[in-house]
Amino acid sequence: MTNDNTSRDPATAPAGLRRRIAGLSDRTLAFVFIVPTILLLLAINIFPLIWTIRLSLTNYRANRANEEIEWVGLRNYQRILTDPDIWNSMQATAHFLIWTLVLQVLIGFSLAYLINKKFRGNDLWTTIIVLPMMLSPAVVGNFWTFLYQPQIGLFNYVVAFVSGVDPASFSMIGDVRLAPWSIVIVDTWMWTPFVMLICLAGLRSIPDYIYEAAEVDRASRWRQFWTITIPMVLPFLMLAVLFRGIENFKMFDLVVQLTGGGPGSVTELTSINLKREAFEKWRTGYSSAYAIILFVTVFGLASIYVKALNKVKER
Amino acid sequence: MNHSVTEPSRLQKWVAGILVVGYALVTIMPLAWIIATGFKSPADAIAYPPKLVYEPTLEGYVNLFTTRSRATPETLAQLGPPQTWYDAIVRQYDMVISGPSRYGERFLNSVVIGFGSTFLSIFLGTLAAYAFSRFRVPLKDDLMFFILSTRMMPPIAVAIPIFLMFRQLGLSDTHLGMILLYTAVNLSLSVWLLKGFIDEIPVEYEEAALIDGYTRFQAFYKVVLPQATTGIASTAIFCLIFAWNEYAFAVLLTSGTAQTAPPFIPTIIGVGKDWPAVAAGATLFLVPVMVFTILLRKHLLRGITFGAVRK
Repeated sequence: MTNDNTSRDPATAPAGLRRRIAGLSDRTLAFVFIVPTILLLLAINIFPLIWTIRLSLTNYRANRANEEIEWVGLRNYQRILTDPDIWNSMQATAHFLIWTLVLQVLIGFSLAYLINKKFRGNDLWTTIIVLPMMLSPAVVGNFWTFLYQPQIGLFNYVVAFVSGVDPASFSMIGDVRLAPWSIVIVDTWMWTPFVMLICLAGLRSIPDYIYEAAEVDRASRWRQFWTITIPMVLPFLMLAVLFRGIENFKMFDLVVQLTGGGPGSVTELTSINLKREAFEKWRTGYSSAYAIILFVTVFGLASIYVKALNKVKER
Repeated sequence: MNHSVTEPSRLQKWVAGILVVGYALVTIMPLAWIIATGFKSPADAIAYPPKLVYEPTLEGYVNLFTTRSRATPETLAQLGPPQTWYDAIVRQYDMVISGPSRYGERFLNSVVIGFGSTFLSIFLGTLAAYAFSRFRVPLKDDLMFFILSTRMMPPIAVAIPIFLMFRQLGLSDTHLGMILLYTAVNLSLSVWLLKGFIDEIPVEYEEAALIDGYTRFQAFYKVVLPQATTGIASTAIFCLIFAWNEYAFAVLLTSGTAQTAPPFIPTIIGVGKDWPAVAAGATLFLVPVMVFTILLRKHLLRGITFGAVRK
């Protein structure tokens, strides 16, 4: 979109003095327009990140700000990587991440495929399906604890109605075996529409003539689905997985309100674990190192994934 | 003429429609249940089996907005008959209203912080997006990527130093602090989305304006901005929804004066397990977003995929 702006720079054009003052040069204008944004991002994103790295090398505790700060080198990192509690949270996060992605991809793609059949009123129903993802996860998560109540909860009632078990016989968020699934269910309910919308954009980007050509070649519908639809939607689907993956790795609000990490620590995802270390136990230095490890993990996994994504796109 | 092969048959449309509508009905059940619970009495809310038909009451809403205390029969007798309808509701439980609750304040905080940060991120975002779209900026791609990368940061990872920084600067639990923070989080989205919208406006309009003697700033202000209104509006809605829904920073950095509604609503439950009041609070907080989403569906749905696919 770059054009030769400089040649029409009002400051160099032959014009009156007033205009020369009112019209800043393009360079100045670009500078004035961009700098505030960059400064704010540096102050609220980059500076804190650097500070976190610094803190991670100390034994600082934010609730005892006057105590002397000691440099401990990489000891925090070493302790974190050998802490069984943290590996436990990593496992809980992995379970949550894998199952939410699998379910959301399957349901999201199926819904997009069906909506793309363009039945009447499809845009209104699409909007209704999208509603949960527009709402506050903390507020909605909090209310789900009510739906999950044994006996009186709507969820238990519906499950009991369909399957015939006693609605008071199981507690989704109180049972160690069910709790990891309770968060998977709510997250899937909330975020499947996101995967659906991106798949829909993918399906709509496939030009009709490709299917028409396949029809001329007498390719079966089944074959068209596997050789045209799936490969054409795959880059979009992978993008949706990337976004959901990053978001769910950082997952905090929904799960904190739903289970608070319990019972015990079976749903204590890394962000919740980190919050506990940082703002309840006040091990600031230690949790800074923890934050850096998480950040590097997300970034590392995301970049490997993006490489794979680009390969798929090239094909 | 042969009917297009890509047009689904009537049967396919019917089957697809029924499945999608079925899914949609299941998916809105929890939301409908929130709204319904808000109009139940506490006894109806925890009835078994869950009640679909019940006598609606505004008890939940009265409890949401007031604090109440138990009164002895003597005091109640002294007070005489209830003056207002909400007094009457509370008196059924031998209670009197002792004052307003904090819900109103928290809701107002959400409005102020939401709109404040949206205005700022749109203001800064539009300027930056215009500059990135139209001018030769050194290291343009690197800067754009830098702006995007700030979004990948987990909130908890930067929360510790932000907490310390805010404490140092006296910004903890202030509206200004939260507005600045949400602006920074939203900026990456607003710059990227807006650049996309501004890129689509033909440069020729501005060139014509420049030839007519407008300065560059006038051309931006009088020619480009009006053309970008739709894009700006849909970006603004995304920023507003993010700030409205945000919980992690709010719960860590605010506790009183500047606390927004999401960390407050779960605390309404109290010891009395007053689910109708929680549902009433959630309804008032969620329904505006639902209405917005349905009314503005065309722009919003495009915006979600547009933003994602572009990145």
